[in-house]
Amino acid sequence: MSDLSTTGLPVLEVSHLSKRFAVGEQTIAALHDVTLSVRKGEFVCLIGASGCGKSTLLRILAGFEQASSGTAQMYGVPITGPSPERGMVFQDYALFPWLTVRQNIAFGPHQRGLPKAQLTKLADHYIDMVGLARFADYFPGQLSGGMKQRVAIARVLANDCEVLLMDEPFGALDALTREKLQQDLLEIWARTHLTVIFVTHAVEEAVLMSDRVVVMTAGPGRVERDVALKLSRPRDIVGIEFNQVRRDITQLLSSHLHAKGSS
Amino acid sequence: MAALRLSTAGLRRLGVAVALPLALLMAWHLGVRSSGTRLIPVPQEVALMLYDFAFGGIYDDAFSKTLHVHLWKSVTRVYGGFFGAAIIAIPLGLLIGRITLVRSVIDPTLQLLRPVPVTAWLPLSMIFFGIGPNAAIFLVFLGAFYPIVFNTTFGVRSVDIRLYEAAAMLGCKGSSLFRQVVLPAALPSILNGLRLGHGFAWILIVVGEMTGVQQGLGAVIMDARMLSRSELVIAGMVVIGLTGFLTDRILVMLNNRLLKWSPQHHV
Repeated sequence: MSDLSTTGLPVLEVSHLSKRFAVGEQTIAALHDVTLSVRKGEFVCLIGASGCGKSTLLRILAGFEQASSGTAQMYGVPITGPSPERGMVFQDYALFPWLTVRQNIAFGPHQRGLPKAQLTKLADHYIDMVGLARFADYFPGQLSGGMKQRVAIARVLANDCEVLLMDEPFGALDALTREKLQQDLLEIWARTHLTVIFVTHAVEEAVLMSDRVVVMTAGPGRVERDVALKLSRPRDIVGIEFNQVRRDITQLLSSHLHAKGSS
Repeated sequence: MAALRLSTAGLRRLGVAVALPLALLMAWHLGVRSSGTRLIPVPQEVALMLYDFAFGGIYDDAFSKTLHVHLWKSVTRVYGGFFGAAIIAIPLGLLIGRITLVRSVIDPTLQLLRPVPVTAWLPLSMIFFGIGPNAAIFLVFLGAFYPIVFNTTFGVRSVDIRLYEAAAMLGCKGSSLFRQVVLPAALPSILNGLRLGHGFAWILIVVGEMTGVQQGLGAVIMDARMLSRSELVIAGMVVIGLTGFLTDRILVMLNNRLLKWSPQHHV
């Protein structure tokens, strides 16, 4: 799929980034000295136990939070706030419940003042891409979790995002739906050449989807290991190589947990 | 076949709904008759009074065939005050809910004023607006204002923060954020506030019209009390009750139409 040697241009660069939160009187270090570079077209998974700061890092990349020190840049420009070029897909969907599927997907383009006919055409294109043609006029409340997440993905795609930021997007879905969505996302990724940063705590998911797995550890959150996956696509989750990689990453995660004395 | 089943189900619902009012009417009738009181009329006398009030031809006195005049006066005052309250309270509630500075400046004052019963404003309101309908309209305004502004504020405050993030990331900010996200997200609460405020408006119109105005349902009830015509008092109550009920149904229809995306908010 994406050949790392030719797609060299870094899209996102995080350098010596730290993030501290004030909780009452105390200051909690969520991220400490994180450095990370993501190239155009890469599919990168951030993985780690809860509290490792992976979601915080994603939210800083989205522009919802600011770093306490260090920098986060896109194409060399510091990220200071949310922007349509970085589209976030939330675990809890965050669709606008009063808008139909079509209107939700057209929401971003609508902000740019596109004429109505063009909006409908654009929205319908992405509705087809995520396979929801029959549900274009439904409200989010009438959809299943998997369908809502499809709408959320189509919503940021329709807004011409370059980087897809996904915060445990399939975490709340049942296993079958998750598998289907994983496959569909990989297909969309292959077609659109998007850069994807995908937060998960499921090792199998990370190994199935990504070019690189960034293993993060907690207390304070930092990058433990940055693992480039050499597995060919499509990946076989019962294959020997796949499971070797999966075991390695699981060990990385659990060794750290044991070292910290938690279970 | 389906339509027929639906209509029999509808009839049954209607039958269940009117059973209690009918029983109460019966109890009223029997209670008055058995106690022998002459201070309270039986339902039949009230019905006659209502007919005369609306169409005349029975008593032919000062109240005969005047219902439309009084009703119209009250309706215009109720909706003058109510819409006035809505026009000010909804934007104000949105601002209080969304902008910290506005909240910290205005909210403490509102919270301080709120415990004062609206009816206690009547004497002052007559000084401000003179003896006449404007004092009543002011009371209605005040009574409708509080529930609308507080429900709107609550609605804005309880919007999921993710929706703001989603909107920001999709390029929606400033005043279009208000119109496209804050307002629709708070709409269930706003409509709830409007319904509550509308109910208070009908309560307060009667209080407002009890002093200093010649026409209006509140004035009729007050005059009837002076004349010891309790059948007219009750007739006035019935008219207010029915009008309040029917106008509330309109708000419910509006509610269900605007919130068709959220069946849980349907009434």
